Amino acid sequence: MTSDHAADIDRHVRVYITVFGALMALTIITVVVSRFHLPVPIAVSVALLVATIKGSLVACYFMHLISEKKLIYAVLMLTAVFFVALLALPAVTVHNGYWIH
Amino acid sequence: MTEPAAVAAPKPHIAHEVPHEALGFWRKYVFSTDHKVIGIQYAITGLLFLLFGFSLMMLMRWQLAYPGAALPLLGRLLGEARMPGGTMLPEFYNELGAMHGTIMVFLGVVPLAVGGFGNFVVPLQIGAQDMAFPRLNMASYWSFFLGGVTMLASFLVPGGAAQGGWTSYTPLSVLAGTGQTMWLIGMIFLITSSLLGAINFITTIIQLRAKGLTFLRFPFFVWTQFVTAFLLLLAFPPLEAAAVMQLMDRVAGTSFFLPSGLVVSGQVVAVAGGGNPLLWQHLFWFLAHPEVYVLILPGMGIVAEIIANNTRKPLWGYRSMVYSLVFLGFMSFIVWAHHMFMTGMGTAMAAFFQTTTMIISIPSVVILTALIISLWGGSIRFNTPMLFAVAFLPMFGIGGLTGLPLGLNVADIPLHDTYYVIAHFHYVVAPGTIFALFAGIYYWFPKATGRKMNETLGKIHFFGSLVCMNVVFMPMFLMGLAGVSRRLFDGGASYAFAQPVLHLNVVSSWGAWTLAIFQIPFIFNFFWSIWKGEQTDGNPWQATTIEWAAPSPPPHGNFPVAPEAYRGPYEYSVPGAAKDFLPQYEA
Amino acid sequence: MDIPYTVEVRRDTGLTNGKIGIWLFLASEVMLFGALFASYILIRTGAPSWPRGDTILNVPLATFNTLVLISSSVTMVMAWASLMRHRFGTFRIYMGATILLGFVFLVVKYFEYSHKFENGLYPSTNNFLAIYFTLTGLHMLHVFGGMMVNAYFLGPGSKLWKTNPEWFANRVEHSGLFWHFVDLVWIFLFPTLYLL
Ligand code: HEM
Ligand SMILES: [Cu+2]
Repeated sequence: MTSDHAADIDRHVRVYITVFGALMALTIITVVVSRFHLPVPIAVSVALLVATIKGSLVACYFMHLISEKKLIYAVLMLTAVFFVALLALPAVTVHNGYWIH
Repeated sequence: MTEPAAVAAPKPHIAHEVPHEALGFWRKYVFSTDHKVIGIQYAITGLLFLLFGFSLMMLMRWQLAYPGAALPLLGRLLGEARMPGGTMLPEFYNELGAMHGTIMVFLGVVPLAVGGFGNFVVPLQIGAQDMAFPRLNMASYWSFFLGGVTMLASFLVPGGAAQGGWTSYTPLSVLAGTGQTMWLIGMIFLITSSLLGAINFITTIIQLRAKGLTFLRFPFFVWTQFVTAFLLLLAFPPLEAAAVMQLMDRVAGTSFFLPSGLVVSGQVVAVAGGGNPLLWQHLFWFLAHPEVYVLILPGMGIVAEIIANNTRKPLWGYRSMVYSLVFLGFMSFIVWAHHMFMTGMGTAMAAFFQTTTMIISIPSVVILTALIISLWGGSIRFNTPMLFAVAFLPMFGIGGLTGLPLGLNVADIPLHDTYYVIAHFHYVVAPGTIFALFAGIYYWFPKATGRKMNETLGKIHFFGSLVCMNVVFMPMFLMGLAGVSRRLFDGGASYAFAQPVLHLNVVSSWGAWTLAIFQIPFIFNFFWSIWKGEQTDGNPWQATTIEWAAPSPPPHGNFPVAPEAYRGPYEYSVPGAAKDFLPQYEA
Repeated sequence: MDIPYTVEVRRDTGLTNGKIGIWLFLASEVMLFGALFASYILIRTGAPSWPRGDTILNVPLATFNTLVLISSSVTMVMAWASLMRHRFGTFRIYMGATILLGFVFLVVKYFEYSHKFENGLYPSTNNFLAIYFTLTGLHMLHVFGGMMVNAYFLGPGSKLWKTNPEWFANRVEHSGLFWHFVDLVWIFLFPTLYLL
């Protein structure tokens, strides 16, 4: 990003402010939704959805992932695959005759 | 691999003037940021830990061969708390066992193979002046060092070192003595060290490779270190998380791994409960399966280099080897639960994990086969590095093939807790990896010191070790198949069914002690050759890879002129060439 | 001896060493927190009952803290943008604000913790609190680490701006990447622990 011109940076700054607004709004939304005491599966889905949107905003704009080099994407894709394997871990433990406690 | 050489004669550009700023003793040899010094620090420390871990094992072997017999002399020295009257207490046996495993894996082999060889050789092989982050490199060595000191110090705390095996299974380990806390803290240092190292290796290999050195021109050793670094980077953090949770369980009284209603010696343990002991096993093996590839891949890389060099032939199937390696690294993340068939998992899960396990054995077989075919029709030079490298092949082969039954649920259940498993993985790591590491030491010693190690002593070391290794471990297969459990402090003496095979314990033990004697020529050779070995030039083995372009030993900054790669790594015996090898770095 | 590509990018990758290094580090962090999240899911799904976070924890305080951390991410990225515009003075203001907001976060957390302890709620009380304290504690360590690095770039480290502004901007960018990651982790921690 070091070769950006001043005009580019100004545009970036505007994006940062917009993202900032969105993040604030989404935070409020997720808190408000939690007040409704939705059934757990729905509540979890909504909360995770909102958190994922917020996280993506941070990653894409503040961390500039939206315009990163291929190599970084490759590393992150690889990590994502193993991250999924890791999250599958509780699933393989709970189901299929495993004892749980 | 016959890419056309670059056309124009390259203008050698001076990489840098070697700055002769006089570094003091401390900055030069102790807190150095030079990858070669750090590599040697790692290697020496790793070798010392290997020796220490081996000594623990020799003590255990006494107890296994002669259960309950007082150990002359040394037994008394270890004190009443450990060996009253010279006889080993079961608790002390457990300390030795747990620490043998931990030290061999995390403080011996990995530091030597990755920290030592990786640090010393990789930047040289890719034609770099140093690692990408020299200070981080130093930090990673010292973090490892602190981890090692913590582990050693744990022998001295009340109750002694950890006794829960190198796997530290919960809930037992949560309820164990102070040594276990030290173990966890030590592990956190070691994990941090490996993570910093992995970041450094990956960045270095991607960024600092010489001009012209594309990925498919990498020596196979560089590839193995590259994949290994990814394994460390992504598999270690889950164990770090698990270690933090176990530490919380022990120190802050949480119950991550303690189930409700846990009863110990007739008493319900007073904890909140609700935890899951299996969680530890999952997180542990999520690391520890990739870890076994961390233990073996660098060794395979070393063997590949030495075989190509001494058969004077290109490696057979270099590309398939690389692809297999990458595939293997990838798959190693989804086989971990094959260590957990005994936990009562359902059939669908077991089927999944045994399938992935069978699949992951394919790339290992491809690599091993490619190496064996590489021997075919070569005019082989049987020098000491080559002897060790060639012996690696059948030894690793035995270890690998005997592992297949353990990957199958049905066969694993009777075998899992027996000496069969000990024999299986020791064939992989002891006559396998350790031989590869010895091969590497003999092979790169001239690069590090400018002198060769003595061949006669090397051969005595080799043949003695080869015979002894098999005398140690082959009987363990038989004992395991007879049903003798591992981790028993009397080696099975109290079990009727074990009686017919008990004499094998004596064989195995004498094998281990003799093995120790055959390391003496190596130790002597090592020190003697530093000062008195035959002097060599930069490229004593007539090798092709870039590390041999540097003077021996390489100065700070490595290469007088930044090297370039003009061709693949193993251009030996190219028809029509003037000599029987075309170095990568010669235009 | 100068290691190449500390400041200028390598042609074929388009990246500096530091950029790759920090992303690799973050990849390992993803796996670290991933393992903790997985443990959380496993223990929660295995529990006969599980308290809703807001019955035990203080949601308004945590919401405030979320907003604080998000703001600090913005000031962080603005600090970097100021360097890109060669405005060192503004950089210092934004960097100072980032550190200050991090500090506010820790202070609020301190009050949350001590309030729990006063009410006899400890990590050992139950597994919900065990997870709460472990996850937030580890996260706080990260906040603290990020603050230290940022303070270095505000203080002694900023000398580099005079001699090698481009390198300095890169280093601030990398420190920022870490800081945003810490923010990102919190974005997931907040609903999981407090709201569900
Ligand atoms: C050649 C020297 C070696 C000998 C004689 C030896 C011998 C043994 C024996 C007899 C055991 C079983 C103890 C028991 O079941 O109570 C054992 C366990 C173990 N060894 Fe070695 N070993 C050697 C080298 C190594 C190396 C190089 C490594 C690793 C890289 C290693 C890693 C382990 C581990 C992890 C265990 C624990 C197994 C378990 O969990 O039950 N050993 N060793
Ligand atoms: Cu495995």
